[in-house]
Parts: sequence; structure tokens; C-alpha cells
Amino acid sequence: MKTFAELNFPGRLIAVEGLDGSGKSTQIYLLKRWLEAEGVRVYFSEWNSSELVKSATSKGKKRELLTPNTFSLIHATDFADRYERHLLPLLRAGYVVLCDRYIFTAFARDVVRGCPPTWVRGLYSFAALPDLTFFFKADLEVSLNRILDGRPKLKFFEAGMDLRLSSDPYESFRIFQGRILEQYLAMSTEFDYIVIDANQRVEAQQGIARQLISQRIDLARFKRQSPLPLPPPVRRERKPVEFDDEPVE
Amino acid sequence: MKAKGQNHIVIPPPGRRRFYGDGIAGVQLDELVGKLIVVEGADGSGRSTQIARLVDWLETGGHATVQVGLKRSTLVSEELERAQEGNILSRTTLSLFYATDFTDQFENIILPALKAGFIVLADRYIYTLMARDMVRGMDEAWLRNLYGIALEPDAVFYLAVEAEELVQRNLSKSATLDYWESGMDLGLSRDMFDSFVQYQTAMQAAFRQLQKTYLFTIVDGNRPVDAVTGELRKKMAAVLAGK
Repeated sequence: MKTFAELNFPGRLIAVEGLDGSGKSTQIYLLKRWLEAEGVRVYFSEWNSSELVKSATSKGKKRELLTPNTFSLIHATDFADRYERHLLPLLRAGYVVLCDRYIFTAFARDVVRGCPPTWVRGLYSFAALPDLTFFFKADLEVSLNRILDGRPKLKFFEAGMDLRLSSDPYESFRIFQGRILEQYLAMSTEFDYIVIDANQRVEAQQGIARQLISQRIDLARFKRQSPLPLPPPVRRERKPVEFDDEPVE
Repeated sequence: MKAKGQNHIVIPPPGRRRFYGDGIAGVQLDELVGKLIVVEGADGSGRSTQIARLVDWLETGGHATVQVGLKRSTLVSEELERAQEGNILSRTTLSLFYATDFTDQFENIILPALKAGFIVLADRYIYTLMARDMVRGMDEAWLRNLYGIALEPDAVFYLAVEAEELVQRNLSKSATLDYWESGMDLGLSRDMFDSFVQYQTAMQAAFRQLQKTYLFTIVDGNRPVDAVTGELRKKMAAVLAGK
């Protein structure tokens, strides 16, 4: 598996991963605001947000129709739709794409639900790796409290109730999230996460993330005013893609 | 004790079962005592007719049957239909959407029915889904992994009919050719007739490719309906006898 940069895409993809309640969504939102203010062409994409697949997913979740396998497949469908219709064209066009959760969410969750790791990874093998992956690592208690403060009730699948870990949703959530964290951490080196201590203040985390992005990505190349980066070299098996035009403002 | 003869009902012995890949966690294969019979073929190959006849014959013979097909899941069939009408899904997405539909039915209908000893007749199975994707340039290894969750059926009958014959049958039935069955999304030809023939020829090549891995029985569907029924019954009888 290669990153978008390694595949010579003009754009870059930054992903954030972490448990529910780790604060990653807040952090990526602030990254988006920063990049926009810098004049960077930026696009934000959220896990499980494809319009096309939404009705099936919400039906499945509301009526508790999903098995681990259909849960996995429907999320893969959602991801593929966003990947092929939004992420790829934008990355071809030289955007910085921010993803709130990426394939690692599936690798962790689906495996905890009992899907074979090789099968899950195979499903997502069409996707390239992010250029930067931030993992927001919060203590389990911190994540749990953030979720419980924000919402009165835990959703069935979110709490991992389908795994019958406990009849108490809070206990189930605790065990489920603990197992997901284990899976995430086991992949840490393999996928080169940048681990950020999510027990710190929001500003401290954001400062670290912004600094790292500035170091690793030449943001000047992605600003609206500057000319578009050169097209990737044409590979034999693919049709040539041209990037002659300025993007429509 | 009942006497043998007209009322003698064959109790099919359990076959050897395996998943193509990792399969479904927690499923006890030896509990799946029913039979899984798949009928594959293009629209106009006589699939529905032959399945209806097999059902009649099996039920008369004392066997309980369940029918499944593509795009019939509770979970995603409506959404899949809508998405297809708009023709807005890209390849991988459509492929995974179909896989979700298949898996929903597989886990909620096929496996429980096999456990309860039913004869499950599948109006197409993973092979049509794989062949369609292969014709659209998807990687065969990716597809094999995806459908590693599927159970190997007790028999797969592929009704092979020449593309030209399929055109005639489809036109005489509905005076029109289906957009997807003509592979119009592939842009092979703006002429629907040409596109249909080219697409179905490519599908047959994909089936032949898949046959190397999945070893299904090819049945000559160019023949009259009764001749095909006769052959299918004979083959079904062998399956029921555990041969």
C-alpha cells in the first residue's frame, strides 16, 4: 500500500483516527479552519457520510439488522462512494483532503466485531494510504466521559451492544472501546501514526498538529493563488490525465 | 412403516461443506443439512422458468424450498434500486453495495434455511456479481477475497445461451433490452443491440474464467425448455441422492 504522495497525486490526504470522544473531530475541524484561513484548497470528509448509502445504513442501525459482516460491508460501500466520487478527483486536482476517520477505523472496529483481518483489509485494498495519520490517544475514561457528557444515551452499535459484551450499555461501551483501542495501537507502527496525547488541552493538541503538518507538507503548493502542481507522470496502464485548467473559484 | 413407491421421499444426506474463504464466524458447517442449489445465467437464459419448475418438482417430492435472488435484501434492496436508476455509483461502490445485499440475505435467509434442512434455490449467486465486476475491470483477486464469506453450493447450474439467442428471447418477452443487461454503462456501443451482444459475450467469457476456480456445471440453455428441465431434474436427483 502506498500513500497519495508516493502515487504521485498532486493532492495530500490527512486522516485523524481515535476513539469516540477522543476529541479528534474537534481537532480536524480546527485544522480545516486553519488551512482555509491560509488559503489552502481543502476538503473535509467524514466517515459514514455518503448520501447514497445513508438511508440503508440508518435503517440497518435503527432496526438493528446489521451483522458484523453487513456492518463492515455497508461501511466499505459508504467509503468507496466517497473515495471514488469525491476524494480521488479532489486529490487529482491538488486539494488537501481532511478525513475524520479513514480505513483504520474499519480495520479496528470490524476486527473487534469478529471479521477476519485479512478479509477486511482486502475490502479496502483499493484505497491509498493517507500522507499523514494523526491518532488522538485519550484515556478510556476521558473518552467515555466526553461521550456521556455530550449525549444522553449511547447508540446500540456505538456501544458495541451487538457483540453482547454486557447488557449494560455503559459497560459494553467501555469493553468495546477498550478492544478497539488495542486494535488501533497494534496497527500504530505498521501505518505510521502520529500519536497525539488527547488528554492535553485542545489548544496544545492543535498546536502540535499544525506544526507537524507545516513540517511535512509544503502548504504553499496547495494555496489557491499558486499555479496547480504538475500532473502525475502518465503510467502506461492508465489513460493520461491533464491538469491544464485553474480550478473554478 | 411406509411402503416404498410413490410416497417414498428421499432424505438427502448431508454433504461436505466449506466456505470459499474465511466464511462467517460462528457458523457450524455440519449443521447446514439442507442443500444450496444455484442457477446462474443471463436474463432470458430461462433461469426463472427453470427454478419455478424445480420448485414444483422438489415440493411434490416432499422437499421444503426457499428461493433467494439478487437485490432482494431487507437491508439495501430499495437503496440499490434507487442508486441504479440514477446510474451514479462508481464501480467499487456498486460492487460493495451488491455484496452487502448478498451478505444480508446469505446470513439471514440462506444459512438459517440450510440449518433448517430446506433446499435453497438461488436465482444467481456470487458468480454473476463477480462476472459483472470482472467485465468492468475489477480485480479478480479482490473479488475472491470479498466473496470468501460465501458457502460453496451443492450444485451450480450455469444456463449458457448464445448472445444472439438471448437478444431474441428478451425482445420477444418485453420488446426491449435492459440497460444493465446490455452493459450500456460500459459505453461499448451507442447501439443497444450491439452493446447487448458484446456485453453478453464478455460475460460468458468471464463465467468461463470463473468456472476454472468455482467448477460449476454448464448447461446448454439453447435447447427447448423441457430438454433443459429434464437435464436439471436428473442432476438434482443426483444431488439429493448425495452423489
